[in-house]
Formats: sequence, structure tokens, C-alpha cells
Amino acid sequence: MTSSQTSPKIVRVAAGQGFWGDWLEAPRRQVEGGQVDYLMLDYLAEVTMSILQKQKERDPNMGYARDFVGAIESVLPAIATRGVRVIANAGGVNPRACAEAVRQVAMKHGVGSAVRIGVVTGDDLLPRLDELIAGGHALANMETGEALSTVRDRVLSANAYIGSVPIVEALARGANVVITGRSTDTALTMAPLRHEFGWAGDDWDRLAAGIIAGHIIECGAQCSGGNCLYDWQNIPDLANVGYPIVEASADGTFVVTKHPNTGGRISIPSVTEQLVYEMGDPHSYITPDVVADFSTIQLEAAGENRVRVFGIKGRPATDKLKVSIAYRAGFKAVGTLVYSWPDALPKAQLADRVLRERLVNLGLSFDSVLTEFVGVSATHGPLAGPPNDPPEVQLRVGVRGPDKAKVERFTREIVPLVLNGPPSVTGFAGGKPKVEEIVAYWPALVDKTVVQTQVEVLA
Amino acid sequence: MNVRLLDIAHARSGDKGDTANVGVIALKPEWYPVLVQHLTLERVQHHFRDVITGPVERFELPNLKALNFLLHGALDGGGTLSLKTDAQGKVFSTAMLRMVLDIPDADAKALDLPSAPR
Repeated sequence: MTSSQTSPKIVRVAAGQGFWGDWLEAPRRQVEGGQVDYLMLDYLAEVTMSILQKQKERDPNMGYARDFVGAIESVLPAIATRGVRVIANAGGVNPRACAEAVRQVAMKHGVGSAVRIGVVTGDDLLPRLDELIAGGHALANMETGEALSTVRDRVLSANAYIGSVPIVEALARGANVVITGRSTDTALTMAPLRHEFGWAGDDWDRLAAGIIAGHIIECGAQCSGGNCLYDWQNIPDLANVGYPIVEASADGTFVVTKHPNTGGRISIPSVTEQLVYEMGDPHSYITPDVVADFSTIQLEAAGENRVRVFGIKGRPATDKLKVSIAYRAGFKAVGTLVYSWPDALPKAQLADRVLRERLVNLGLSFDSVLTEFVGVSATHGPLAGPPNDPPEVQLRVGVRGPDKAKVERFTREIVPLVLNGPPSVTGFAGGKPKVEEIVAYWPALVDKTVVQTQVEVLA
Repeated sequence: MNVRLLDIAHARSGDKGDTANVGVIALKPEWYPVLVQHLTLERVQHHFRDVITGPVERFELPNLKALNFLLHGALDGGGTLSLKTDAQGKVFSTAMLRMVLDIPDADAKALDLPSAPR
């Protein structure tokens, strides 16, 4: 009898990406640094789906997080020979194309037969949007209450946030790489725990524990010493930072830790900072699977770089799913110039007045013109107090409006200030600012019964 | 006695649309009641009065020795709409820590709170 049969089962879920653009080294380091059972990769932020939708419109084989293919390539040996399973919402708006790219890379390395890809679809509501609106689903903006019909013709993507159920199904059917579209970040961690421990769909406390485990590790190193304010000067070896790992037990308790010989720090303060990150009403953290209560979380130091989490309570899920909708919302541009001592701030302030007067004289109006003085008040505004004769100040002016030509014209008014505005100015090497189309986020709710997910496991 | 929030708490902030959240965590568990008593909704509203356009909500988390604040109308529309450097509210945490709390001398002494530099 091996020790694993006598000691209580522990399932280890490692976080390898906290967002699309996170550290490329992290996935490989997580599977090579010690024992893990699952590698969880979160790629999707609120407007990522719309970027992917644009890419898919240009090329029907795109529309997923391409970083994921490289990540898979870097962990193929662990998948093929050590039984590590990967769960990622890298599928974006095209999970099947993502799966095909993963299949190709696995075949290229001669391990095609060892990689069984599960694909979760059904979150994409874009093709059904008119049918839903006609059927009485207003998809009203959760923040403003406006009906979606007001921006319907500008919608780029619409995806329901889906929960753990289809991921659990994919795992149960033998997938060792599960690719989803817009599943919630937290479901990527909770689903493997639910699969391994057989937690029931109404086991609210354990489901909530899995969700909170997911919340703690979904932002990668942000719970293991990255972006940690507490004692930041003494957090060791951030260059070699260890990404977090959850070691979960069947009863829903878990330990947050990281591999040995890695940098960073896992402590009650580092985990608490991540727990409060993006927190709304802590009593009701609503997910498709369960409503988790953050006021029940108990933390306990459990050794070096180990924090034990227990006591978590949950309540029944609601009958709605959140929908992430992205729509075209005009254009913006931001221009910057740097003014030096002496009188850096008054020079930057004069430049701002000159620029604004020229915009008025040109008849250029915008929905918003925002001026910030970087080095003085950009991040804390008037709370920062008066500056103490800074060596330089960056003038940063942004405009936003529906008319692209007006925003383009604004971008031509920045660089001329170098020769026809206040003195001691530099930092214009980038030339004229870039005009960006704004793709804005429209959160809505839809009845759960409307969304049916599908699971395919590719042979 | 004046006590800087920076000296008795740490914090992290994030965004949800046009709302910034700030979680404020006591540096020592025994200092949490100071936050509960003195870091009130009214004081936080007053502190951010020239920075945000909407109301403030406040939640207590004794289990984490933390308070959570929601600052509405904080991010110039939020997300991709915002023209702000801090469009995602990442450093509202440190703006909160600029607060100075006036704590009765006896309480400050009993809890060994560090006093603000003059």
C-alpha cells in the first residue's frame, strides 16, 4: 500500500498565468518546480473577448489567446509523461481553433496521442443576440440600467460567464487539456477540485471554498509577493518569484503555497491583499456555481510560505449568468510631453492652457478632455498636496469622443508645442499619439436556462 | 493623537467598471478595532470628495481584519473608456493610506499606535 492510499488525498492546482500577457516562464516553472496535479491558466480580462472577436473577423482561425499554444508547448512533457492536466480559458471566441493549434503542437512533438483535448463551448451569445432581445431579454447594463438595444449595432462580442459544470464533465471524460471560452476565472480552479473530490452541485460550502481558492490564485503571483504592499522591501527574490499553488483537501480546506527554492512570499498579509482585490460586497461573491461569503474565510499560518484557509461558507447560486458584452464606444488618444526644472509644473500647466485654447479655436469638442500632471497629481489628484519643486513633470492630456477625425486632429496638436509652447520641454520621441478605438464593457445578466454549454473531447 | 493610516494598515485596490474598491487591512490584528471605529464611511467620503463623483460603500471583515470600500464614480468611466493613468484603480489603495486619523491619546497609547511625524 502506498502512502497516497493511507494519507488523506490532496489535490494540487497551480496557477500559471494571471492574465493574457503574464510571465511566459511561469507555466513551465510551475510544472517543473515540484509536484502539481493541475495547471490553471487564466487569460481573459473584461474586454479581451472583443479583441479576440476582431481577430476572428479578420481570420476565422484566430480569436483565441495565442500565448496558450506556447505555454502548452513548454509543459508538454509534464502533460504527456507525468499526468499533469491543464485547464485554461484560452479559447476566447474560438475554442475549437485553439484546440486545433494545441493538437498541432502536440503532434509536432510526437505526443499527439497523449494529449486529449476537451473543448467547452456555448458561452458565445453573439449569434443569438437579436433572438434573445426579441425574446424579452433586455441585457440591461448592470451599472447604468440602459437596455442593450441602445448600443446593439455597435456590439462586438457577447459571452456568458460559465461555471465549473462543463469543465468537470470534460475532466470526467478523460480530457487532460481543457480549453474554454468565457468561463469564470475561479471555475478554472474549482472545477478540478470538484472533479477529484466529487463535490455535489449543492454542496455550497465546498463549492464556495473552491471558488475562493480560485480567487486567491487567479491573479498569479499577486498572492505570492507580487504587487504586495505589506513589507514589500523585504520580500525575497522577486526575480525568481514562485507562482501560487493550492493544496486542497476533500473537506474544502486548502493550503496556499508555492514551490521550494522560489522567490516571493506567501503569508497571511499577502493572501489577504489578494482576497480583497476587486472585492465588491464580501458577503455575496456571485458565481455561476455558488454565492461565496468572504466574511467566513479563516486564514492560519501553516509554516514557511504556507497559509491554511478554512471555514468557508457558501449559499445557493442565483438563476442568472453574467454576460460580458463589448461594444464600440468611440475613439481616444493620449499625448504626453515632459517639462523640466525650473518651474516644471507651471510650464506644464501653461502648455495645457495653450493646448486647450487651440482645441477651442479649432472647433474641436470632445466628450472628455482629461489633463494629468505625472509626477505631481496623476495618481492621487488633489490628495497628493503641493509638489516640492520637482525636477520634471509630465503633461499628459487625453481626449475621448465619437468622431475619429477630431481625435486624429487632436494628436497633431501635441508635438508642435515643443517649438511653439512653453520652454524646457522634451520627451516627445514617440511623435504624435496613436488614435485608439474604444471597445467598452457592458455587463449584463441573462437567465441561466438560456445558456447551454457543450463539451467535446477530441480523440 | 494623529496616526497615519499608512502606519497601521496596508491596502490593495482594484476596479469594477467605474468603481474602485479599496481593501484596508490592519497591520496588527489588535489594530483592527481602530479601523472599525475611526475609518468611517463619512471620513472616507470626505477624504475622496474631490476625487470621485459617486457615493462610497463600506463593509467590515473582522475575519480578515479588513475593511472594504467601494468608491463609485472613481475612474472616469472605467476600463477602456477612462483617460486616467490609473484607469483600473490600482493605486487608490495608496491614496486611501494618505488619511490621518485622530485617535484619543489613551487608546493610541494602550494599543501602541505609532504617532504621525510632525
